[in-house]
Amino acid sequence: MVDFGGWDMPVEYSGIVAEHAAVRTAAGLFDVSHMGEISVEGARALELVQKVTSNDAARLAIGQAQYTGLMNPAGAFVDDFLLHKISDTHYFLCVNAGNQDGDYDYIVSHNTFGAKTENAGPRYSQLALQGPKSQAILERLTPAAVGALKYYRFTFGPVAGVDCLIARTGYTGEDGFELYFSPEHSEKVWGALLEFGAGEGLIPCGLGARNTLRLEAGMCLYGHEIDATITAWEANLGWIVKMDKGEFVGREALAKQKAEGAKRMLVGFEMLDRLIARDACTVYAAGREIGRVTSGSPSVFLRKNIGMALVETGSSAVGTEILIGIRTHRAAARVVPLPFYKRAK
Amino acid sequence: MYPNDRRYTKDHEWIQLADNLGTIGITDYAQHELGDVVFVELPSAGTKVYAGKSMGTVESVKAVSEIYSPVTGEVVETNAALATAPETINSDPHGAAWLVKVRVNNAEAQTKGLMDAAAYQAFISEKEKGAAH
Repeated sequence: MVDFGGWDMPVEYSGIVAEHAAVRTAAGLFDVSHMGEISVEGARALELVQKVTSNDAARLAIGQAQYTGLMNPAGAFVDDFLLHKISDTHYFLCVNAGNQDGDYDYIVSHNTFGAKTENAGPRYSQLALQGPKSQAILERLTPAAVGALKYYRFTFGPVAGVDCLIARTGYTGEDGFELYFSPEHSEKVWGALLEFGAGEGLIPCGLGARNTLRLEAGMCLYGHEIDATITAWEANLGWIVKMDKGEFVGREALAKQKAEGAKRMLVGFEMLDRLIARDACTVYAAGREIGRVTSGSPSVFLRKNIGMALVETGSSAVGTEILIGIRTHRAAARVVPLPFYKRAK
Repeated sequence: MYPNDRRYTKDHEWIQLADNLGTIGITDYAQHELGDVVFVELPSAGTKVYAGKSMGTVESVKAVSEIYSPVTGEVVETNAALATAPETINSDPHGAAWLVKVRVNNAEAQTKGLMDAAAYQAFISEKEKGAAH
């Protein structure tokens, strides 16, 4: 167990390699109850959400989820999160554990819309069922029509008799579901899923596999690829910035940076030398420092050592050869397209 | 669990002596703490290593860990099989996954401060008790 922002979290159960492979080929179950939840309700709830986020929440249908950024005035990230539209007047946010209180305070500080806000983390447990067998497993435990649920859509229904918000979302690059429910039922839901999923190859997975899976999928981790100093353009998250949606915090800075061009960019890289780059390693090109590794890991599943790095824009083109400082070595790597892994549809 | 034919360091290496030749590896406790090992970087034959100083690294998916030499000496052989099968460190840390063989002067004197199997077992039991909560 490791201490992760005050939560005792299992890094691994049977081993990161086995857990990672299970999610790619069958299914894995993650206890992600550390994630925070924030509820925003009221006639003008949408206006508050639009004010503090970069994506366009007005495009959401009821029962739809959206990946978005909680922006600061610099166009960088207070946090990144999943926004769920429960009704025209009710939005449900799943935010990073370590940012939960800061996010809540930040949202409240912009609440000139009379919205009712709740820092609801303690009221929810969250389990992530991920992998190609997820639907088959979940269907055994719920009468809800989860098979008809499209990606980034959610519904409500009982799972193992426990009322859940069931979202077809995840952080692994696979198909899967994230379940939100009242914490007193945690063991019941966890146990039922593992029992009914065992025949499909479902195993419990820890934070270690969650990290290698999201890295292969090219997904950002707060504190690594994004933080309060890294803008949406720099993090390659332009697709969650909707400049045409109207005014929002950070819009001005983002417009300025868009016009001038970002000086650094997040890239994916693959090691050419047999060494493993790790978080915070220095990146070099043409004999000088050009950036740093934001996440680096072996990918046993893809049989290569991969990572993401924030580098000077001039060295960010796919195919660029870079060097990474690993202990006493300067190891060769090459910029490659993201994501490293994309599931077959 | 821990063989009686060798001695152990607080950094979780073991050394097995045969005259002035020491075979060095990492312990079962260490491999378990690391998880799936994916890479090892070891000194080549002819390299001088120093007691308590780093002589290489072992990497798992989640972490990098230094290997500290239990003795001062000169590497005479490196376990080449680990380059292609580093996972042997997980499956057989006290046997097939030895790391290096080192020529050691005053082998007995150099290793008498290290733990025997019983002392090492007690040492890690204490650590595990401390970690439980």
